[in-house]
Amino acid sequence: MSWSWILAAVVFWLATWATNQVLAQKRFKDKTMQGSVDVLIPILFGAALLVLWEGVCKGFSVPTVLLPPPSMIWARITASTDILWADFRQTYLKAVIAGFVMGCGSGFIAAIIVDRIPFLRKGLLPVGNLVAALPIVGMAPIMVMWFGFDWESKAAVVVIMTFFPMLVNTVAGLAASGHIERDLMHTYGSSYWQTLFKLRLPAAMPFIFNALKINSTLALIGAIVAEFFGTPIVGMGFRISTEVGRMNVDMVWAEIFVAALAGSLSYGLLALLERAVTFWHPSYRKR
Amino acid sequence: MTLQSFLRDKLIPIGTVLLAIFALWYVFTVVLNAPFERDQAERAGVEISTLELISNTMAQKRPILPAPHQVAVEIWQTTVEKNITSKRSLIYHTWVTLSSTMLGFALGTTLGILLAVGIVHSKVLDKSLMPWIITSQTIPILAIAPMVIVVLNAIGISGLLPKAIISMYLSFFPIAVGMVKGLRSPEVMHLDLMHTYNASRAQVFWKLRWPASVPFLFTSMKVAVAISLVGAIVGELPTGASAGLGARLLSGSYYGQTIQIWSALIAAAVLAAVLVMVIDLIGRTVTRRMGVVA
Repeated sequence: MSWSWILAAVVFWLATWATNQVLAQKRFKDKTMQGSVDVLIPILFGAALLVLWEGVCKGFSVPTVLLPPPSMIWARITASTDILWADFRQTYLKAVIAGFVMGCGSGFIAAIIVDRIPFLRKGLLPVGNLVAALPIVGMAPIMVMWFGFDWESKAAVVVIMTFFPMLVNTVAGLAASGHIERDLMHTYGSSYWQTLFKLRLPAAMPFIFNALKINSTLALIGAIVAEFFGTPIVGMGFRISTEVGRMNVDMVWAEIFVAALAGSLSYGLLALLERAVTFWHPSYRKR
Repeated sequence: MTLQSFLRDKLIPIGTVLLAIFALWYVFTVVLNAPFERDQAERAGVEISTLELISNTMAQKRPILPAPHQVAVEIWQTTVEKNITSKRSLIYHTWVTLSSTMLGFALGTTLGILLAVGIVHSKVLDKSLMPWIITSQTIPILAIAPMVIVVLNAIGISGLLPKAIISMYLSFFPIAVGMVKGLRSPEVMHLDLMHTYNASRAQVFWKLRWPASVPFLFTSMKVAVAISLVGAIVGELPTGASAGLGARLLSGSYYGQTIQIWSALIAAAVLAAVLVMVIDLIGRTVTRRMGVVA
């Protein structure tokens, strides 16, 4: 046990906390200044967490099997980029993206059909709401059995997982445009499709992006968990489950880091896209 | 709701959809299992009539897709006809999963509420913690599940707690976000009224913010309980398939017992639906007692 590590970590923690305390209370006149401070505060907090993690690991000499310090994980990441890239390609570029596109696409089309037929809406929506709450990950072993060990089965799990949130949200979104707007379209003598493309789909976009954002996380989870049930010898889920068995915890953390990075980046990308598409929405308008 | 509108808006549409699902299920059973039967008949060198083929596809031991009645029979056998302490009883496994779900859910709800209270009352926490709470959910946390289980097992913590921790991690997020929204939902006018009463922070919290947030709490609890069940099931996967619905799924997939997988899935689905309904019922009762007009 070395107290210097712990002391250093705690001091750093307190220093960032104090800085944040000061920064959070201040009001900046300049808009860009305020914006960058708002970004800086969580980054400082995250850095403090990392340093505290490192300090506690080194200070109390926590066995690396239990919790490796961040520096060791980073060393592992830089040392084995080729394995990480191969896993990333297998799990993310093949399974997740294919499944995400198919699941969201079919959910979207199903939602438009459901919206067109009121009987289906009454019948399918309660069922869809229920299914969206079910532990669908459990379908993974069945999909592996049907579609084999390669990425197709993982994509199938992702399709099922992403379908229902998309369906439910899009149907809710299509109902979001107001009566007045719809009546206006009616007075223009616009057809069903014109109303759909010019009014109702744009109005549904916030809901659709909500589903896309939920699905981006779900898709990664689905693909990784499906790999626990059988996979070729490559893939993030495969690597995690085998390296846990071999007690190579730093490799597991490296894999988690990649997953977290991929998850956050795709979420961020969708958020940016949302901003571009729904620029008219009150929450994005300049105040 | 009158009986007629109940029939028109609920029973008939939902019933039709459910019937359609069952019909499709049977069709797929026949289509997916038929190649195996044809293969068997060909090897035995006998002609098989279409009717025989269809009835055979619904009675296989290890079908690709079991027929609904096969799953129903399996569920009946493993719930009613087995002693509930038996390791082959579905009720036993459901109970194992339910207990870790509930523990994780309780922990997650507590953590979520505490975080929300902190975030609402401290500007620093709001600015520094909130972005990380959101980032924490873009991490596919279930990926860590096997590691949490194995590592905690290595230092001697096993059984309920590791699974509950995974459930907690998954379920605190909707609670925290919902409660932040709920605790901030009182209008400025109400807050000003409390201010004119010279109410302390604690009084504002207990008499205004907390009651105002209760509907939000129950809405997010419904989401949270469903995902803590998912967490518990995934948490059971790497424990070496000892007990729980996740273990049933895993052992079923190892030994090709599709009927067992499907019955575990149905059990999980029923459990999820019941949990959500119970929370919904409690929520409705509480909000009605608090004077909210439904």
